[in-house]
Order: sequence, then structure tokens, then C-alpha cells
Amino acid sequence: MNIVYNGKVITLPKEITIDQFIQDKGFNPNTIIIEHNFSLITKNDWSKLILQENDQLEVLRFVGGG
Amino acid sequence: MKEVFSVGGKELTSRLLIGSGKYSTNKLIPSILEAAGSQVITMAMRRVDTEFAEENILNYVPSGCVLMPNTSGARNAQEAIRIARLARAAGCGDWVKIEVISDNRYLLPDNYETIRATEVLAGEGFQVFPYMSPDLMVAKELERVGAAAVMPLGAPIGSNRGLQTRELVRILIEEISLPIIVDAGIGRPSEAAEAMEMGAAAVLVNTAVATAKDPVAMARAFGLAVEAGRLSYLAGPGATHQVARASSPLTGFLREE
Repeated sequence: MNIVYNGKVITLPKEITIDQFIQDKGFNPNTIIIEHNFSLITKNDWSKLILQENDQLEVLRFVGGG
Repeated sequence: MKEVFSVGGKELTSRLLIGSGKYSTNKLIPSILEAAGSQVITMAMRRVDTEFAEENILNYVPSGCVLMPNTSGARNAQEAIRIARLARAAGCGDWVKIEVISDNRYLLPDNYETIRATEVLAGEGFQVFPYMSPDLMVAKELERVGAAAVMPLGAPIGSNRGLQTRELVRILIEEISLPIIVDAGIGRPSEAAEAMEMGAAAVLVNTAVATAKDPVAMARAFGLAVEAGRLSYLAGPGATHQVARASSPLTGFLREE
């Protein structure tokens, strides 16, 4: 199954939740923002949402900037 | 009692806004804000760029600070609107600095796309702070579509070249009733003081502090300069003259006539 993650097509071996995806990547859940198909998904919903073929997933964070 | 600066639905006492980019470490941020006396900090949103998420800058911002996420990276209104909505949904509050740039050499803002983004976001209840090239008609349009303030550049971003747009900024201050916040290009405290003395409502500084040899000391210098400039503006400087006007009496000289 392919999804678009931060602008690049990647292949996932099986259907997983956003929660699992974040864990697999080793991200700290407290420092990231998740946008799924152009809407923000709050942390409470990460475990409810299963990634589907061609989903657009953005993992973002705030950085220094002027 | 300190003079209150009302902007974007908040009442501030400091007129110096601080950018959070380019510091050697985010750990400096609390001391920078304290030294500057600032209550507003900008930040940017980016994709995590490695397999491991880096620290989030918000973890270093003292509570009580007003967050001003910017839309840097946006090349048109649509991209800026997307970033603004995400930042608000992520808990940053309703302030946003609109930054729409497609010119990579001078990083000059796209005034037209900036007006479009400002109109949409103001309509959604955001307090919109558009970064813009100083132009009177554009500023009037930003005012009409609901901007909270107008943020003209002094010189290109990160250039430390000072108030190169002085005359155009002066016209905005005179003609626009919104707060005029000089953003970008200010390199030295004396230039920040000059902008405030001209009647700017506030100044936003990032590179000048972050690239100073001692950023915390420079933050303090900017805080003092902005305060001095504001006081001078309120005090109303005297008129200038081409030739000398004696400060001491011109009578009663102790000399032979």
C-alpha cells in the first residue's frame, strides 16, 4: 500500500494507524503535528485513523523562524 | 505605569517582537525574551526532515508569551492559508504572520497574494499580521480586508541593513490607522529606535539579535532602544534648523564691547 508522506510516495507493508506509523518512525508524539488528507488530526484521534491507499500524510513541527 | 500597546486583541507592554530563527540553540530563547522584555515570538512550521523528529521550539517558549506563527515557505495565498489554519488548529492561538514569498534572492513579499491570504484569514477570525513591501495602496487594501497591523520591511530579511525604506514607512505611519510594525532588515538598536521615533507602533527583530556576538546582550539593547524610541516619539522632538540656535543666553556677556 502506498501513501504520500511529507511529499514523497512510500510503501507501507500493511494497513496501520497513524499512531503506529508515528511509533515506527520513532517520533516524539509531543513535538509533532499531523495533517492527514489536508486536515489536522489531533492526538486523540491518531489511534482511530487507519492509513489508506494514496492517503496524504504530513508530519510537521514548529521550528525557529522570523 | 507602562503604556499599553493594544494590537490583535491583546494588550501588551512591550513593543519589541522577537523572531526565533537562527539561534545556536533553542535553549537561549527564554533568556532572549527576558532580556528583550518581549511578549511576542514568531516561529515557522516545517516538515520533520529526518527519520527522527527534532525538538519542537514551542517547548522553549515561556508560557504567557503570545505566539505568532509565520507562513514562511508559502509561495501563494493558498499555501499561506493552509499553514495558518494548521498552526491555529495545533494550538498556537489566532495570531498569524503572513509571509508569502516567491523571490529567492531578496525574499521580497508578494503583496498581491498577501492581501488575498489576509482577507480569507481575517474572515475566519484570525488576527492577521501581513509582512509586506511598503506601499501605501497595498497597506490601505490590507486595512480594508481586516489586517490587525501592517508589517512593512525595513530592508531584505536577514540583511541587517536598517531602515532603507524609511520614506515609504513614514508615509504608511502617517496615512494608515493600523499599527505599523517594522519587520525585517533592522540590524542595530539605533535603527529600531529610529523606526519607533518616526511613530512605528512596534519593531520585529530576529537576525540582528540571533547573529550578534552576544545575543542576550543585544536583545537587551534592542529592548532599551525600542523603549527609548517610543518615549522620544511621545515626547515630540523639537524642530530642526539649518543654522545654529544658541542654547545659552545671548546677553550679559562677560567681555569688553
